[in-house]
Amino acid sequence: MIYAASPLAIGIFVAFVLGVLGLSSFFARKTQTAQGYYAAGGSIHWGVNGIAFAGDYLSAASFLGICGMIAFDGYDGFLYSIGYLAGWVVALFLVAEPLKRYGKYTFTDALNFKFNSKGIELAAAISTLIVSTCYLIPQMVGAGDLVTPLLGLDHHWGVLIVGVIVIYIVATAGMTSTTYVQFIKGGLLVVFSTILSIAIFMNGISKKPYDNYHEFKSFTATVTDGKVTAINDASYTIIGEVKNPSGTFIKLKKDNIVSWWSLAEKDGTVTLSETLNVTNTADGQVLYNGAPKADQRFFQVGHANKIMMDGKEVDKTGPVGPVKFLATIKQSEVVRFTKLLVVDGGDKVTLWKQNITSGKDIMKPGLKFKVDKGSTFLSKLNFVSLMLALFLGTSALPHVLIRYYTVPSPKDARKSTIVAIGSIGFFYILTVFMGLGAMLTGVLDLQSSNMSAPLLAKYFGIVLFSCISAIAFSTVLGTVSGLIVAASGAVAHDLITNFMGIQLTDKGQVKAGKIAAVCVGIIAMILGIIFKGINVSFLVGLAFAVAAAANLPAILMMLFWKKTTSQGIVASIFVGIVTSIVIILLSPATYLDLYKTTATAPIPLDNPGIIAIPLSFLTLVIVSLLTQKGGGVAKN
Amino acid sequence: MSLIIKNASEYKAKLGVYMFIIYVIIYTGFIVINVASPKSMAIILFAGLNMAIVYGVGLIVLAVIMGLIYNYLCTKKEDELNK
Repeated sequence: MIYAASPLAIGIFVAFVLGVLGLSSFFARKTQTAQGYYAAGGSIHWGVNGIAFAGDYLSAASFLGICGMIAFDGYDGFLYSIGYLAGWVVALFLVAEPLKRYGKYTFTDALNFKFNSKGIELAAAISTLIVSTCYLIPQMVGAGDLVTPLLGLDHHWGVLIVGVIVIYIVATAGMTSTTYVQFIKGGLLVVFSTILSIAIFMNGISKKPYDNYHEFKSFTATVTDGKVTAINDASYTIIGEVKNPSGTFIKLKKDNIVSWWSLAEKDGTVTLSETLNVTNTADGQVLYNGAPKADQRFFQVGHANKIMMDGKEVDKTGPVGPVKFLATIKQSEVVRFTKLLVVDGGDKVTLWKQNITSGKDIMKPGLKFKVDKGSTFLSKLNFVSLMLALFLGTSALPHVLIRYYTVPSPKDARKSTIVAIGSIGFFYILTVFMGLGAMLTGVLDLQSSNMSAPLLAKYFGIVLFSCISAIAFSTVLGTVSGLIVAASGAVAHDLITNFMGIQLTDKGQVKAGKIAAVCVGIIAMILGIIFKGINVSFLVGLAFAVAAAANLPAILMMLFWKKTTSQGIVASIFVGIVTSIVIILLSPATYLDLYKTTATAPIPLDNPGIIAIPLSFLTLVIVSLLTQKGGGVAKN
Repeated sequence: MSLIIKNASEYKAKLGVYMFIIYVIIYTGFIVINVASPKSMAIILFAGLNMAIVYGVGLIVLAVIMGLIYNYLCTKKEDELNK
């Protein structure tokens, strides 16, 4: 799809970025000590910290990824919202206060509080670095996706812009500027998502979302000897037919433009329905619906096939309330688009076939995660695994954990967690409306689910679009800066100062942190460019699994099991990291999306949580029991 | 007020564990219904809303409510100890 940049969007974006940079420079003068750099001096108000938690946590994955997934696959995207929010319960009830009590700058401090072990320092620092990197990738991918419609620049420019700004924010004032950037962004995101949701309700649902929305055509075909030989529109010529396990596809030509149609047979009548397609031709051209990209033939989609309101069929609903909005979709039928790959001689064609889906199926799990129709034991296990990883991942994310060190007391840590749960929970409920709104408003770019929410905002006017995009971009800035602070803390504080025992002055510690921040930032930029095009929420789901497997068993057992030893903690962190990453690298989703191969993956599981988390717990218990006399038990 | 600020750690830890267990049971219920009886998720509970939406949104709202109760009880205990 082609995106044209608007001056207003650029203006709002630039103003926002300048504001953020100004804020960082302002705080830079105040941040001279290590305590100030890593933990914002421990002086942030709990209310500000709570909203900053939301800013930290509501990353590109939440806003872009979840809304996109709901827009494409209905309720299944909302499962991420539920799991992400439920994870905060673990943070609040089990982790928040003890972690604040035991730690100083990083979660390694808290983990090592009872043991004073070099092994824990090393293992926890490595784990922080790995988890932060896993989490950084989707943020950078999201940034790249966003900058295209906003500024009309290519993906890699988005990644570079975010990288440079974030490095500046972090390297100038560390956690203080990061906190205020996150506070502003978290607050604005919740406010503007509310405005967007209200706009959706006022707009209602319509079979034709806007005047020049694409009119989908269909033809009746004549089949002779199993082949389509004629259609009821003589202006088209039949030039090819491909049969594969996903169905039969007919290639037609009119006015020198090639189009692809999916064949369906019902009661003896054969119908051809229009598809959207991108063809990579044998001679290296890329054609969008049969023409070069600049011709803008690849249109936006998303509409209802049939709208049932209070038992009556209507063409549009007019303004509706939130409950009526959901209830109407449930009774209606929506046209979704299923992505398929077709090989036609030397051409590789990506097709999006119309798929009329009942609202009933959209409003319950099953379209993405197979738990009902067509489910297998393994698909159900994948679902359970994801829900487990999301639940246990939150309170193991290093950039969330370090936020507990920015408030003055354990009581403030608790209160800020509750503010976080309230604001994040409210936002996650809105994701349902924003996602479904995008699904039905003809705004979807089938090539990028991540763009659904900003494109929905564009439907309601360029001002809302500009604001939403600038906020979404700042969403990335906020989360990335949090992650980089966490990673730089792991390198400078945990590894250099504690593990290697290099005594740095207070200023030296800050300098080491800043240098580490620049290095991590550069790595993040490179990864953001490599991983272009993968749904960011899916990637974050994996980062959660790694965090949950590597860190959570260590944190929980250190807090609640007296027999835990330092050796047990170190072993469980390494087992958690290794198993979760190996499973991800050998999973079907990675094979398809990253290695781009249709070969069978050695491990049939997409989400590693269900294996890696219990294994990490088990390792901790066994190793701890075996090392009771080894001197690694907690010192009281 | 005593000189040492007591923070009722043990009480809070215990309360936290109990509330955590309650939430885990309800969260697990959601996963179990999805896996064992996915069709029940389509059952309309009220106002045209199905179980998937009511249970899902309910889990989010419940986390907020339980958070508020937990904070209320913890603060009350802290205040009692530090009178």
